Amino acid sequence: MMLLKNRKSWHIAENQVTPERLYLSRRQIMQGFGLGLGAALAGPLFRAGAAYALPNFGIAKKTNYAGDEELNSYKDITSYNNFYEFGVEKSDPAKYAHALITDPWPVEVTGHAERTGTYSLEDLIDFNALEERIYRLRCVEAWSMVIPWVGVPLAGILKKFEPTSKAKFVRFETLANRAQMPGLRSRVLDWPYREGLRMDEAMHPLAFMAVGLYGKPLLGQNGAPMRLVVPWKYGFKSIKSIVSINFVENQPQTSWEMQNPSWYGFYSNVNPNVSRQRWSQGRERRIGDFFKRKTLMFNGYGDQVASLYAGMDLAKYF
Amino acid sequence: MAWTKKTRKTLKWFLWIGISLPLLWLFYNWALLVDEGFNLGYLTSLGFHSLTANPIEYTNRFLGDWALRFLLFSFAVTPMARIFKVKQLVAYRRMIGLWAFTYVSFHLTSYIVLDQFFDWGEIWSDILKRNYMTLGMTAFTLLIPMAVTSTKGWIKRLGARRWKAIHKAIYVIAPLGAIHYFMMAKGNQLDPKIYIGIVVGLLGIRLWFSLQDKTKAAAGKATA
Repeated sequence: MMLLKNRKSWHIAENQVTPERLYLSRRQIMQGFGLGLGAALAGPLFRAGAAYALPNFGIAKKTNYAGDEELNSYKDITSYNNFYEFGVEKSDPAKYAHALITDPWPVEVTGHAERTGTYSLEDLIDFNALEERIYRLRCVEAWSMVIPWVGVPLAGILKKFEPTSKAKFVRFETLANRAQMPGLRSRVLDWPYREGLRMDEAMHPLAFMAVGLYGKPLLGQNGAPMRLVVPWKYGFKSIKSIVSINFVENQPQTSWEMQNPSWYGFYSNVNPNVSRQRWSQGRERRIGDFFKRKTLMFNGYGDQVASLYAGMDLAKYF
Repeated sequence: MAWTKKTRKTLKWFLWIGISLPLLWLFYNWALLVDEGFNLGYLTSLGFHSLTANPIEYTNRFLGDWALRFLLFSFAVTPMARIFKVKQLVAYRRMIGLWAFTYVSFHLTSYIVLDQFFDWGEIWSDILKRNYMTLGMTAFTLLIPMAVTSTKGWIKRLGARRWKAIHKAIYVIAPLGAIHYFMMAKGNQLDPKIYIGIVVGLLGIRLWFSLQDKTKAAAGKATA
């Protein structure tokens, strides 16, 4: 990755980042407990452990927001993706996203803020203050992963632009470059892909801007060079390869809501009690597991985020 | 044009093997997955499976895709035989149809066993609540009598007229299958629309043929 070329200060010892193999060994211990015949048989069946190289990032701080849940492998995280700009099959992004050019990466900042303009990735991300955050990712398709993201809190980035009191929502757009993204040729969605958050959601300490995972820079299929991670919402809210940040007064339209408003709402908080889409949201399959598990309200982050939605009817604002 | 016994046999085997290939490929990949997952090491040299990080979802989708393809293939046999004037093709319709039923059954089994693991409560609420599931189950239910009565014995027992009535269900099953796929697809995807187009095309051709036949029959009566 070009943008990392002259940043030797980030290259620090590998023991500062959680390596995959630590988690693999813990998995083996878990299996030793014997979680029932089915789990014992099916447990290791889908786990694809992959060796992984030295981390490229220095990590200032590490926080685990997924308890003792096992990390998904680097291979799973980088080979099973929804990124329709590269095709609708799960394997398409890994197949085609190498064509994505992430250096330079200009980001347009517009709307109700004091410091609008075009910024570079380095302007937005303080690469000396990167954090590792282990979050659950819950896809609306009723599967989930646990991912060690590397990045910075979204609030820190947004504050740099000094949003005004008129900024009630923030709106993001993904790159839409036909030469680099073969999936744009079919109109699965109204391109460019767009997402949005209410300002208080965006400023919430859990809202995160990732530039890497497993201590390495993001690959194209995961939304290089920077993507949102909003762990209490369905995965599609965590918009990838962001080129535009726009502060707006009114609730913006989002891609999936535009495509099918009866399935997808603006909020799209993980909610096991509301299943508007074709998938029943009560349970999910953790990638690597045979048996499904119960889906948690706000993907298990209710203690931190439920207050954002106090008094709101979440069946109506789904 | 009469076909030799050899031609008929060759075509039969050609179709049989061709249609079973996707299923064989799937079993082969599950063998790789099991070998890899349990570190058995027997198949390591053959490489990694192609079932993605979510083999259950992939398997279910794969079987559904092929079930629909072979269902429409069997539905296309009669009009193809007529258009290309190769009425011998009709002899293969039962085999293709039974294969389609096999794929549909595997598709449903993968949902019940792999996806839901016999969680009947969840399965039942899916069928009742989710329209695409309701349609899919209706199509499967209608296919069962067709598969059961596909033997010569059943044709004799029922008589041609009643047997045909049962097998007319394909006129409902084919559209249901395509709509089932259309409704479950995310976003504005092209593939489901192509399948709907094929079903509409096949229904159209059959309607046109039957209108033609009626006109001919009427003309025949008039001259008689």
